[in-house]
Amino acid sequence: MLRRLALSAATGLMLALPALAETVSDFRLSNGLGVVVIEDPRAPVVTHMVWYRVGAADEPPGHSGIAHFLEHLMFKGTDEMSAGEFSATVEAQGGDDNAFTSWDYTAYFQRIAADRLDLMMKMEADRMRDLQMTEEDVRTERQVVLEERSQRTDSDPGAVFSEQSRAAAYLNHPYGIPIIGWRHEIEQLGREDAFSFYRTYYAPNNAILVVAGDVDPAEVRRMAEEHYGALEPTPNLPERLRPQEPPQLAERRLTFSDPRVAQPYVSRSYLAATRETGAQEKAAALTILAELLGGSPTTSLLSRELQFGPQPKAVWAQAYYDGGGLDSGTFGLAVVPAAGVSLQEAEDAMDAVVARFLKEGPDAEDFERIKTQLGAQDIYSRDNVDGLARRYGAALTTGLTVADVQAWPEVLQAVTPDEVMAAARDLFDRRRAVTGWLMQEDEEKSQ
Amino acid sequence: MMLRLAAALILFALPVRADVQIQDVTSPGGIHAWLVESHELPFTALEIRFRGGTSLDAEGARGAVNLMTGLLEEGAGALDAQGFARARDGLAASFSFRPSTDAVAVSARFLTENRDEAVDLLRLALVEPRFDADAIDRVRGQVLSGLASDAKDPSHISGQVFDAQAFGDHPYGSDGSGTPESVQGLTREQVVAAHRAALARDRIYVAAAGDIDAESLGLLLDRLLGDLPAQGAPMPPRAEWKLDGGVTVVDFPTPQASVRFGQTGIKRDDPDFFPAYVLNEILGGGRFGSRLMTEVREKRGLTYGIGSYLLPMDHAETMMGAFASSNATVGQAIDLVREEWRRTAAEGVTAEELEATKTYLTGSYPLRFDGNGPIASILVGMQMEGLPIDYPVTRNEKIEAVTLEDVKRVAQGLLKPEALHFVVVGQPEGVASDG
Repeated sequence: MLRRLALSAATGLMLALPALAETVSDFRLSNGLGVVVIEDPRAPVVTHMVWYRVGAADEPPGHSGIAHFLEHLMFKGTDEMSAGEFSATVEAQGGDDNAFTSWDYTAYFQRIAADRLDLMMKMEADRMRDLQMTEEDVRTERQVVLEERSQRTDSDPGAVFSEQSRAAAYLNHPYGIPIIGWRHEIEQLGREDAFSFYRTYYAPNNAILVVAGDVDPAEVRRMAEEHYGALEPTPNLPERLRPQEPPQLAERRLTFSDPRVAQPYVSRSYLAATRETGAQEKAAALTILAELLGGSPTTSLLSRELQFGPQPKAVWAQAYYDGGGLDSGTFGLAVVPAAGVSLQEAEDAMDAVVARFLKEGPDAEDFERIKTQLGAQDIYSRDNVDGLARRYGAALTTGLTVADVQAWPEVLQAVTPDEVMAAARDLFDRRRAVTGWLMQEDEEKSQ
Repeated sequence: MMLRLAAALILFALPVRADVQIQDVTSPGGIHAWLVESHELPFTALEIRFRGGTSLDAEGARGAVNLMTGLLEEGAGALDAQGFARARDGLAASFSFRPSTDAVAVSARFLTENRDEAVDLLRLALVEPRFDADAIDRVRGQVLSGLASDAKDPSHISGQVFDAQAFGDHPYGSDGSGTPESVQGLTREQVVAAHRAALARDRIYVAAAGDIDAESLGLLLDRLLGDLPAQGAPMPPRAEWKLDGGVTVVDFPTPQASVRFGQTGIKRDDPDFFPAYVLNEILGGGRFGSRLMTEVREKRGLTYGIGSYLLPMDHAETMMGAFASSNATVGQAIDLVREEWRRTAAEGVTAEELEATKTYLTGSYPLRFDGNGPIASILVGMQMEGLPIDYPVTRNEKIEAVTLEDVKRVAQGLLKPEALHFVVVGQPEGVASDG
């Protein structure tokens, strides 16, 4: 296996095996802060994360990018610390820190020796309510974000294509807006936009604290009470009601060509169900469907049918499912055609594989092998306590509970072929899909 | 500043995790390995390196080691590509085979409950790969697709142009994946020859971590690796540095220029390696607070990220860096890098920078040992670098021992502002190739 093309892939499968259930406890402080503690004593290290239940999909219209911009500004100062001092202090303790923003959440984390947890909490609690920044900070950091957008998106035709496809996938929901923001709106973001967003959403009653590693839950509770307990919640925190999708009644298709495209491909993304608290069965069926159709680059149905045989149609073929969104999930297919195969032929071949699958159903042996793999993945994933922390943080900021995370592996193992077929029949409706062709500049004329 | 005070009161040095005990294992057949036993999770992480890598490509077969490595799991023994993948996935084992400039890396994870079957399967891939014609064509297509994408990726182009100018005809001067022409022309015989050249017992390094004891590991290694040929291809010669200071602009239509910069570096076993390592961390370590990050990103917003690093390879040593900046601002950013290089060479670093960097490096080192996968990977890397088995215990002392004078002396000798070369891929304003 060499080089898979980086398509807009899912955020990853979430797996856990009940036989090895990690030691997890959770509680809530009186100001509303949720706390999850994951014990892993194998190394004297702790991951300390604060997750806010706010992301790019919660931004006021016309201010795209403010959630991510604020994430950058959180590394400026507070009433107690000067700009840059937060990271400098973490590093002086031998730790690393960073942050990330998604459509549904924004999270800040440090990875550090377990005996420095108290200081991390003190600093993170400080910047939950007492952020300060100058106009100069804001101006310079906005330039950094514009360079970030240039680097991540504008310099990469595949990323631009994926951004355009996503915008077409949603008729009304802000999931269609890029996390980093549209350039013309980033350029207008100011200090007041950031502060107003910060004051509303950065509060204990809108946050989840996740502590994972070599820690004692009682100690964590004591420290959390001390540092986070006194923070004022935001009164009348706005309910998380984003504009929802109307019935999608018309298939969307788009082409994007650019002289920098070297490898054309076709991608299709369908709106799909997401994991819901107490009802994860459909998402579990879609997870297995994605594995059957396009998980393994060798043995999945799409790979087998399109990459193998005497006249292979594709260099790569894959399927993915992202069921982690608060309001909506995505199921995607993508095919990179072999030399001499047109995008139309590649798309037709992809659709033919799906059509046959809908008629014939899954191979029993494939079905079992995928379940075995999903189960074992959990043992391997446990080697990475950071990954566990992220799994809980992401779940708890998208409407799921600790119980949902822990039930997920059993729900996956309980999926039947009939459930997969029902989910597939429901899913594959082109009226709820966007199909895109990424093309070389001269290709458009010839096709 | 209450928080700062609290921070200063905490001791900075952490002992390496007490229960990391590295065992030196020699198999009955004579294969050496380092092992960390850890029985909490029922699986083993195994890391194998074959020194040489893509630099062992024979004359006229550029890309052969890369293509060969990509074919190892595409059919072996009685199994074709489909059969091999089904067997591997049915065991829930995971194997990865990655070629690089100086090594072919093999990473494997397998469950305790079916360890023997997983190892037999991995052995097939390493010892009895089939290199079927249809598999060769399929993976060749994937390599060619990747090369086509790389040819239009400004960051990749800047790296390739830099390497070609720095090392010319030496394997370090070209892409180990080959060129579209060379890959198109590779034959099955060349792939088979690359396998014999690159995967041999005279160049193996092994580390394991997880649910396995020393005796079982020894037996496993003999079964896994004992049937490989005793001797592979000779290593390439030393790579001579051919690049002078200056700028090379590669015209490419993109709003943001991609920059690679560098000069000669320092050997891993040089007595001044640690001062040089600390020096680079202060100058261009990819964290907030490094001089380059402060000047180019934090103060002026000219880039999303910039960093430099020491790269001691087997046949050459370099000090490299990279960033991207808009066409309008990239010239200013290049001037800032040159100025920081000059200032640091002339003045060294401050006592505060040295202390903060030492506490970061010593404090963060033990955090790397946080799982079977990372531990096995660190241990195999140490062996490749020729480090002793007690290195994890002594490494922080070596960082602590670095003085302000050491850094100043090494900065003067190592940093050569006039020899620093920049490759700029884009349409930079006010920047042109020189001479």
